[in-house]
Amino acid sequence: MAALAPTSLSKDPSSNPTLTIFGSRLKSGQIQQTQFRLCSSFRSNTGLKLKASAEPPALTQERMAETGTAPDLFDEMKNRFLSFKKHKYMENLEHFQALSKAQAPKFMVIACGDSRVCPSNILGFQPGEAFTIRSVANLVPTYESGPTETNAALEFAVNSLEVENIFIIGHSCCGGIRALMSMEDEADSSSFIRNWVIVGKKAKLITKDAASNLSFDQQCTHCEKESINCSLLNLLTYPWIEEKVKRGVLSLHGGYYDFVDCTFEKWTLDYKGSIMEGKNRAVVKNRSFWC
Amino acid sequence: MAKHSAEVLVEGLKKILISVKEGLDEKVQGKVEKLIAELQGTVPPSLEPFDPDAQKLELGFDFFKNNIFDKNREYFRELAEAQHPKFLVFACSDSRVSPSIVLNFKLGEAFIGRNIANMVPQFDQWRHTEIGSVIEYAVKELGVENILVMGHSHCGGIARLMELPDHSCSHDFIDEWVKIGLPAKQKVKEEANHLPEEEQLRLLEKESVENSMANLLTYPFVRNAVENGSITLRGGYYNFDNGTFQQWKKM
Repeated sequence: MAALAPTSLSKDPSSNPTLTIFGSRLKSGQIQQTQFRLCSSFRSNTGLKLKASAEPPALTQERMAETGTAPDLFDEMKNRFLSFKKHKYMENLEHFQALSKAQAPKFMVIACGDSRVCPSNILGFQPGEAFTIRSVANLVPTYESGPTETNAALEFAVNSLEVENIFIIGHSCCGGIRALMSMEDEADSSSFIRNWVIVGKKAKLITKDAASNLSFDQQCTHCEKESINCSLLNLLTYPWIEEKVKRGVLSLHGGYYDFVDCTFEKWTLDYKGSIMEGKNRAVVKNRSFWC
Repeated sequence: MAKHSAEVLVEGLKKILISVKEGLDEKVQGKVEKLIAELQGTVPPSLEPFDPDAQKLELGFDFFKNNIFDKNREYFRELAEAQHPKFLVFACSDSRVSPSIVLNFKLGEAFIGRNIANMVPQFDQWRHTEIGSVIEYAVKELGVENILVMGHSHCGGIARLMELPDHSCSHDFIDEWVKIGLPAKQKVKEEANHLPEEEQLRLLEKESVENSMANLLTYPFVRNAVENGSITLRGGYYNFDNGTFQQWKKM
């Protein structure tokens, strides 16, 4: 296969021997630059294997490799990037060139950081389609709780990008929700995790009230879903969000991915119904169950 | 108790639907879905107005289920029991830069935090609990071996950082968040102010990654792990103008 010579690092216009900032580090050769160079082989040292399916137009499937050493991981990332470049970027060059000018996603997605629940993989979001926040347990704090990374992202997505949908996606076996349900001391803690998941406290109280007769695992499942609804209601505490929902230009949705059975539930917040409940309880509509 | 009965029944019906779906008559499936919807007190899917965005999601999930999940049952069964990702990745929320797509991470491989301009603030136990919990969970609970901070070209958050202070308009939350990158901006302004603005922005996108990597070391549990060699700190930069990816290790 043809190999294109990499761009010479010394031609980087930003580099200058006197600089200590990033530009100068480019000259030192510490950076590995991956250009479009097609590799004829793909080293793999398999632990867990993922069988390749028929190559789809949207997703590339490769044999998943689990490599042990640091240099292998560099090569691994490079190969993965080149695969993306070959199968997606180059085959949709015009689309990516347009995207490089601006993004206009219809969705803002709030999902958990859990490695098993990436919305790009599970729901097939392609580059340009979803502005995404990922945090522990996909929680949304209230407007009054002050600046956090989630509300900075909400502000950008809603006011600058003007997304049409906010989609909060929870999932089964969520470690963050489990931590919330397991917490005994709910005040003053030296743990980041506990200090963050306390945002979901209301969901825990509702769960304890409604499902205390269920097993702990079942209560966690209940809380995983309840916390999505609580977060949907928390979205309405942001004035610029509620205003758009009221006008009908922004919809708020919840989703739940069960990765044990591989099912997905989706619902939409019924704004008028929730207002009639004093925004104390999420009223939902348009439920779907995919299996 | 009546409420619980409906919920238990709904879960049971869903499980039946999953287990017999392959050989299920469409009419029967429709009736079961209708019953589920009635028990949940909502309109059945077949009677809802057409929603192209919802259909897009359903098609996306269908594709994943049929082509990936169902073809790798054993892998996903193991994954459902526990995750063991080797990477913690910080990437921007920008819709164009999902690490799963750009770096082809499979499910189970990377615990991912995404925020505006892929920033990591300095350790602050009370102020930055959201991102602190991501780092704490990944390092202490999951035992990741690599932390990658991945920046990208044309980052709106970095552009906003460059505009500050902006006396003509302010944002409730964005401005406060991107100020995390001020040390990086100061460095770029001191040493590259002579360059055109676009080049300064490209430099700042990368310098901000460096700044976030330095901030990661203010978390004691990260610093300890890096010093004893159990975690490698990596920086990355995806340029979608020319389709390149740079990566480096924190020295």
